[in-house]
Amino acid sequence: MINYWPLLGIALVVIGFALKYNPMLVVTVSAIVTGLIAGMDPVQVISTFGKAFNDNRIIAIVWIVLPVIGLLERFGLQQRAAALIRSLRNATTGRLLILYLLYRQVTAAIGLHSTAGHPQTVRPLVAPMALAAAEKQHGELTEAEVDTVKSYSAATDNVGLFFGEDIFFAIGSIVLIQQTLFTYGYNLAPLELAFWAIPSAIAAFFIHSARLLLLDRKLSVGAERSRGTSARASLDFARDERSDDQ
Amino acid sequence: MITLHWLYALAGAMFAAFALLSALDRSNAKRFGNAAFWGLMALSLLAGDLIGDLGNGLLVLGLAGLAGFGFLGRSSPPTTSVEERQRWSEKLGNKLFLPALIIPVTALFGTLLYNYTPLGGAGWIEPKRETYVFLGFGVLLALAAIFAWLRPPAIAPLQEGRRLIDAIGWAAVLPQMLASLGVLFAVAGVGDAIGALTRTIIPEGSVFLTVVVFGLGMAIFTMVMGNAFAAFPVMAAAIGVPLLIQGYDGNPAVIGAVGMLAGFCGTLMTPMAANFNLVPAALLEMKDQYGVIRAQIATALPLLAFNILIIYFMAFR
Repeated sequence: MINYWPLLGIALVVIGFALKYNPMLVVTVSAIVTGLIAGMDPVQVISTFGKAFNDNRIIAIVWIVLPVIGLLERFGLQQRAAALIRSLRNATTGRLLILYLLYRQVTAAIGLHSTAGHPQTVRPLVAPMALAAAEKQHGELTEAEVDTVKSYSAATDNVGLFFGEDIFFAIGSIVLIQQTLFTYGYNLAPLELAFWAIPSAIAAFFIHSARLLLLDRKLSVGAERSRGTSARASLDFARDERSDDQ
Repeated sequence: MITLHWLYALAGAMFAAFALLSALDRSNAKRFGNAAFWGLMALSLLAGDLIGDLGNGLLVLGLAGLAGFGFLGRSSPPTTSVEERQRWSEKLGNKLFLPALIIPVTALFGTLLYNYTPLGGAGWIEPKRETYVFLGFGVLLALAAIFAWLRPPAIAPLQEGRRLIDAIGWAAVLPQMLASLGVLFAVAGVGDAIGALTRTIIPEGSVFLTVVVFGLGMAIFTMVMGNAFAAFPVMAAAIGVPLLIQGYDGNPAVIGAVGMLAGFCGTLMTPMAANFNLVPAALLEMKDQYGVIRAQIATALPLLAFNILIIYFMAFR
């Protein structure tokens, strides 16, 4: 008989996140409850949690880039990134992010997935460039539009990373797949697994690029509306309202 | 040999400086909360191996308590104004990109040189960790270059770093917390329960529907755990191996590789994958903390459907 009680820990996380309690508390409470359900005593639970935290310290290393990024911001890096984009006549948010998507997928596919990322490249370069391009297309951005452009910048980094890295055969997830299937007697070559990551990588590029071009369209439609060309504005009214709901 | 512990020491020293500067920052009403929080992070990175499992556990409880009960406050360390930055940007021109590129370029070429030239044979870096080590080199090189060129105040990198880490706040630690929660989930048998649950909804005799449940199961369980790595062994044991590979004679390479990618579609849609989805929202100072997830859903869902179809059409030829 399978014991379903451990799922209570998951339920706690889902409820806690939904009710917008502080995630640090939600995670801690769920960890303690899950451990107690598994029959550990409180000291064991806290020790297990602490050991796991210590074993995962590598996650914190990436923050060492912050002093450099902050220092460059002090000397106007974000302003410079925006100025560069303003000087390029054909730059749009969508095209810029498609280029970054390609760069991220290709570098991840050759094993260089840790060379870019949200702190290293998105905050100092990609997001300010995308915002400058959006302002060029659209004019002044509302707070919600600024958030949208930022969110697409971060999303593009994630999509590029996830659907590029598995083409590199020496990455953790490929090793995990290989090891898992090996325990059942299937000995696969890492290259064979990496090969089957290629179709999804191509699909990810086209699907996400299409959405980035739609973002461009949405930005320029908004620009026409804000310029107040009355005939066009009334034609596009229904569409605008729909896009506002999303 | 340069190991990860060198990097822990570097990061730990940085967090210790953040803690000290926080404690001295009278402009922040919650300065001691910030000092304690970053001080605990410094302790973890510098001495995590010395304080024992229970010590680490209490440290984590401290971090969660400080963050969860509102002891952290956003600081405003000294920096330049927007006007000053605009002037610097015009004065320095595109040369300003060069120090920004030092970190990625060092990591990029360092990794390539180390792996594809005899340099790597000397074994002076912990195996598989060379990119992190070169990332650390890149940081130090970039700092040296900026100091040589622009001569900022000596304390500036730490104050500017503190400005950014306080903007991110506890979200900087959440990914590590979630990874630890995953370990407890595994110990408690969450995977077995999910696997059993999934098996109960598998329809008999339909390859297509079994593939659909496998793909959706990977995505949904990844959303729950925040990590496709945790989902894969469970789904492989519950459906992938016994039904798709052994039962319907599917190609294990396709089922394994694309099954994992179906899980990655789940990663794009869950706040549990905090380092990809919540941290950037904080780092980019967005109003909507779920904004990144919202921007990803319409990419993730069609991609998930594509992955399921790839398994169905390619694994059973």
